[in-house]
Amino acid sequence: MGATRAVTDQSFEKEVLNSTKPVLVDYWAEWCGPCRLVAPVLEAIAAEHGDKLEIVKLNVDDNPEVTRRYNILNIPTLGVFQNGQVVKELVGARSKSALLRELADFI
Amino acid sequence: MTDIRNVIIIGSGPAGYTAALYAARAQLKPLVFEGSVTSGGALMNTTDVENFPGFPDGVMGPDLMDSMRKQAERFGAELVAEDVTGVDLTDVPMRVTADSGSYLALTVIIATGSRYRELGVPGEKLLSGHGVSWCATCDGFFFRDQDIAVIGGGDSAMEEATFLTRFARSVTVVHRRDTLRASRIMADRALANPKIKFRWDSIVTEIVGDGKVSGVRLRDAKSGEESVLDVSGVFVAIGHDPRSELFADQLSSDSEGYLLVDQPSTRTAIPGVFACGDVVDRHYRQAVTAAGTGCAAALDAERYLADYGS
Repeated sequence: MGATRAVTDQSFEKEVLNSTKPVLVDYWAEWCGPCRLVAPVLEAIAAEHGDKLEIVKLNVDDNPEVTRRYNILNIPTLGVFQNGQVVKELVGARSKSALLRELADFI
Repeated sequence: MTDIRNVIIIGSGPAGYTAALYAARAQLKPLVFEGSVTSGGALMNTTDVENFPGFPDGVMGPDLMDSMRKQAERFGAELVAEDVTGVDLTDVPMRVTADSGSYLALTVIIATGSRYRELGVPGEKLLSGHGVSWCATCDGFFFRDQDIAVIGGGDSAMEEATFLTRFARSVTVVHRRDTLRASRIMADRALANPKIKFRWDSIVTEIVGDGKVSGVRLRDAKSGEESVLDVSGVFVAIGHDPRSELFADQLSSDSEGYLLVDQPSTRTAIPGVFACGDVVDRHYRQAVTAAGTGCAAALDAERYLADYGS
């Protein structure tokens, strides 16, 4: 992993909810094909816009608590958190240009 | 000045990668637009592929696509993970525009495949991501010990229903007719599965739920009677539509959008433009037939270039 990092049930509060920057959480799993496809897109966005938007990955297999709390029923889901609140949720993989358009408010 | 490529291939399912493999081995140095998040195509959403010849124990869809990709790359195909946003096929050379700019080519092979069809009923869009899904392998995990529905009667519906029984308490297949369209082996497997129930002659009229799916409203195709099936998840598998919009004003297609080619070749009405795979095929729609027509498209392009040069 390069510009993104992993968060867990344990670190979620500190790294996501208490972050001063907006954080995009990529809910993913090993067995999800579209998750594999969106991963490099998120790496690229993190490398280019990491100063404004933090991008983290949450493995839904290993972290059932956060997954349940935010009612995640499809992956990949991308959730943007600001000041501890979900401010945007995108379900399904998207191209880099489409994702940049959706995230324009944060980068 | 941009180089003029021999071949540009748009798409990266079995058709696109096979075309890339053959074109690369013919020393045509193909440039392949894989799509930024669609690379690998429909098989990326599947698990076990049991009917691709050469894999007696089956192969995982994403692994198969990874192998095809590597095989094309090994012979010099140039792969770009970008979406094509426009084409001009009427000029010579032809122009293909992607995120990073415009590219010129003497031939274009279209292998853009298909996308999931939506039901088009109230509640579907609203509850997408909240219990409505198009990808059993992605989302089945979230429905452990729950009652869910699969909509459709074809192979993909049977595959999804069977796969989902790993997680769900029960799976109800909702089908608008009283017979399945699925192949015999897939249908028999689903029919024999004690966790799978069938609702025949049932048309979905609405997906119900307040913030989260709670059921599907059904109308009986024969009696017209309405009922609600209580489920917490709905997996839609009612077929696919060809991804041909990009070419709509330049190439002819049939009433459902499938591109028309001069079968058994892959030639479209525009010289130097070839189409293969699911964007053309409304009949077979298999990984192996897509790979077969991808091969044909590369051979057609090779022949066209040889004639063009002489």
